[in-house]
Amino acid sequence: MIRFSGVVKKFGNHVVLDGLDFTVAPGEFVSLIGPSGSGKTTILRLLMTLEKVDGGKIDVGGECLTHMRRGDRMVPADEKYLRAARQRIGMVFQQFNLFPNMNVLRNITEAPRYSRRVPAGEAERRARELLGMVGLEDKADAHPTQLSGGQQQRVAIARALAMDPDVLLLDEVTSALDPELVADVLRVLREIAASTDITILCVTHEMQFARDVSDRVMMFDHGRVLEEAPPEKLFTEPDHQRTKEFLRAVIERR
Amino acid sequence: MSWDWNYLWQVLPSVLEGLLVTFEATVLGALVAYVLGLIFAILRRSGIWVISRLVWLIVEFVRSTPLLVQLFFLFFVLPQFGVTLSPLTAGVLGLGLHYATYTSEVYRAGIEAVPKGQWEACVALSLPRTRTWLRVILPQAIPRVLPALGNYTISMFKETPLLLAIGVLDLAGAAFEVGSLNFRYVEPLTLAGVLFLVLSYPASLLVRFLERRFGLAK
Repeated sequence: MIRFSGVVKKFGNHVVLDGLDFTVAPGEFVSLIGPSGSGKTTILRLLMTLEKVDGGKIDVGGECLTHMRRGDRMVPADEKYLRAARQRIGMVFQQFNLFPNMNVLRNITEAPRYSRRVPAGEAERRARELLGMVGLEDKADAHPTQLSGGQQQRVAIARALAMDPDVLLLDEVTSALDPELVADVLRVLREIAASTDITILCVTHEMQFARDVSDRVMMFDHGRVLEEAPPEKLFTEPDHQRTKEFLRAVIERR
Repeated sequence: MSWDWNYLWQVLPSVLEGLLVTFEATVLGALVAYVLGLIFAILRRSGIWVISRLVWLIVEFVRSTPLLVQLFFLFFVLPQFGVTLSPLTAGVLGLGLHYATYTSEVYRAGIEAVPKGQWEACVALSLPRTRTWLRVILPQAIPRVLPALGNYTISMFKETPLLLAIGVLDLAGAAFEVGSLNFRYVEPLTLAGVLFLVLSYPASLLVRFLERRFGLAK
């Protein structure tokens, strides 16, 4: 479903990703772990087209995300191409990024209605269904500022799902939450992982969560995949010393 | 020197007529400044190099030349190119264009104060560009800039006497005119000054209220 081929990303002189290769199968739940600055979030931002690659290419669902065909050559994708390409991808952010000037229902229906042309009634019915799924059916008319962080994040998850993405990107979705609010968000994500066939890429520091829901865990260090394995393997007997140290540090911090 | 109440009552109608012109010029000029300034601000963020550079050039040029010269240009030079404007129209356009360069900076600050995450959420949701601006960015940016826009509106109100130079008789102009007809300036000019004060002072209180309610600091 997702294929990175020799992806390079630099910020100024700082090389974040240096020829990264990996693939993710359809329906797979992959967790990206590793120290901060190792390029995990950059991977999600490249997939969401919030950043542009400096080299290599990315394919999503068999179509190229970073380049488009012009004549018989592949050229960097323009805005129009990206607009169509990114429709298959949804993202949930660390800081929720709900629209504070709209109520919860409107936050969820806005994108289906105006980027997919779903009729208002249909979009609203689907939004209420999703709100039910994240346990907030009674908050449809509330404004984001009236909700707790955990509730806001669950709305943001519903908002991303309302576009029926093939790929869902979760960028440290519980990092900005008070500890007692994390569980509700994770419960919703577990349910989504179990009940849908969406391909999910999840950057997280919640190791227990990653261990429970992931099909595969990728450990990043300095913009490279240090190792990847099913969670049972990676969390119990990692191949690399660096992975062991990282896991110990994360567990001790909690 | 004496104060003649009878004379004051006699000139009052002409001065009030001038006040009406001042209102007209301020309101219409402000509308031009609000709309044009917003267009400048959005174009400068268009991401198209030529356009944002061109708009930057226009804004810098207009801002660093005096309003009076711009008024002269609109009223006395444009007719040579076949564009003849009435004094009030030239005044409204001049005032509006000049202040649009200030309001565009105000909008720019307001737009930049909208968190980057809001733009990113719009991208992630594939919201169309117009929808992003009209439903997400501007509704968050504009309340924050209302106080600053209000301040510029008050400035415009107080700058309307400049329009006398192209023959628009605003509040001050009308007072001056009626004074020179009668060779007596004290009453009409005092009246004009008092009217400016009693109108702009409450307006600045309103702006301060807006500042507390919506200000950028919040």
